[in-house]
Amino acid sequence: MASLRLEIITAERIVLTAEAVGSVRVPASEGIVGILPRHAPLMTTLAPGELIMRKGEEEESFFVTGGFLEVRDNHVAVLADASERAEEIDVDRAEEARRRAEEALKEKREGAELAAAEAAMRRALIRLRLAQRARGRRGASRAQ
Amino acid sequence: MPSIRQLRRRIRGVQNTRQITRAMELVASSRLRRAQERVLASRPYAERIRAVISNLAAVSGAQELHPLLQVRPVSHAALILFTTSRGLCGSLNSNMVRAVVRFILDRGVSVDIIAVGTKGPALLRSVGLSGSVSAQYQDLGNYPNVADILPIARSTVDGFTTAEYDEVYVGFSQFVNLMRQEPTLTRILPIVPDALDPAEVSAFHRVDYIYEPGPDAVLSTLLPRFIEAQVYRALLESIASEHSARMIAMRNATENAEEILQDLTLTYNKVRQTAITNEVIEIATAAKAIAGA
Repeated sequence: MASLRLEIITAERIVLTAEAVGSVRVPASEGIVGILPRHAPLMTTLAPGELIMRKGEEEESFFVTGGFLEVRDNHVAVLADASERAEEIDVDRAEEARRRAEEALKEKREGAELAAAEAAMRRALIRLRLAQRARGRRGASRAQ
Repeated sequence: MPSIRQLRRRIRGVQNTRQITRAMELVASSRLRRAQERVLASRPYAERIRAVISNLAAVSGAQELHPLLQVRPVSHAALILFTTSRGLCGSLNSNMVRAVVRFILDRGVSVDIIAVGTKGPALLRSVGLSGSVSAQYQDLGNYPNVADILPIARSTVDGFTTAEYDEVYVGFSQFVNLMRQEPTLTRILPIVPDALDPAEVSAFHRVDYIYEPGPDAVLSTLLPRFIEAQVYRALLESIASEHSARMIAMRNATENAEEILQDLTLTYNKVRQTAITNEVIEIATAAKAIAGA
């Protein structure tokens, strides 16, 4: 059975390389894209959001923002501006970023600065959501 | 002949120096290891982006369209120059600045230097070129991340699109190996996709990609990131070079200190020996004089 090879790469490090991946769900700029083995060659830009990798019965969640995605020959390469495993997200830092973005928005700046503040806000919110969910999951598995 | 006390003081001084240079060597070598790892880790991203850009540029025929790919006649260039902010790293910075001076003379156009690290501007001042330093960024530390170079990369990209600069270069000490750091000047703007390995490009061309939202939009996302990746790499390379140069410089210093120490110890022993001999002779003569009387 065909499977995917998934790579998540940022300028600073290789976040993940995984073989035998069943499917990947990616936040592309035109909407969420699901990729299964034997997908047509695709090149798309990314939006900030959650990338979900499915491997057998397991699912793993990653935060990605900015950059692009390339699919070719069952090889999925994500080149992101920033990416981290949901479990790795620093909640305090994300919370701090959210507060900063909130303040920037309150100051009612204009043009590019406003757009930057909004984008920062969106990223912080997604990070927080992912981190909380990852924590919840860890808590649940411990309870079992 | 110096006195025993003077010699003893000198020996202690050299020992202290040796201890410091040895410690600095160890610190540099451990930082070097980390810096090398970071250089390696940054490579896959840059390589992938590069391959995709050359493919895209060919597909979308965007050479004429995208501003960052435009080749213009050059009247004004910018150079992002990476040097260290600390000394004690051998001839690293002076080699770099010498290469820059040669480059400016050869190029024959006015060059604005955007300096990262303080040693570069200081050396340029000493050769009378301080006027060309248009911006200076503070030292970015030993473990910078991409966010640290974004303002630098973005301001040069802006400068290029507004035609303030017709070309942008990065100057950095490339880390070849422990003993060799090569001053390197690379052009990063305009981006010329043809500079790629032809075999690599043709392998890519056979693939018919679906582009979302479209080839030009993907290209516009990638080009600025490619510039950022190159500037980031230049920074990482120059950090690795700094630590390797410092490590070697400190190792040499330690060895020199050991040599001096040997010489000093030898002289010290000789002086001590002479002093003792003299004393013995004095006593012997005195004893003889008393016995004779």
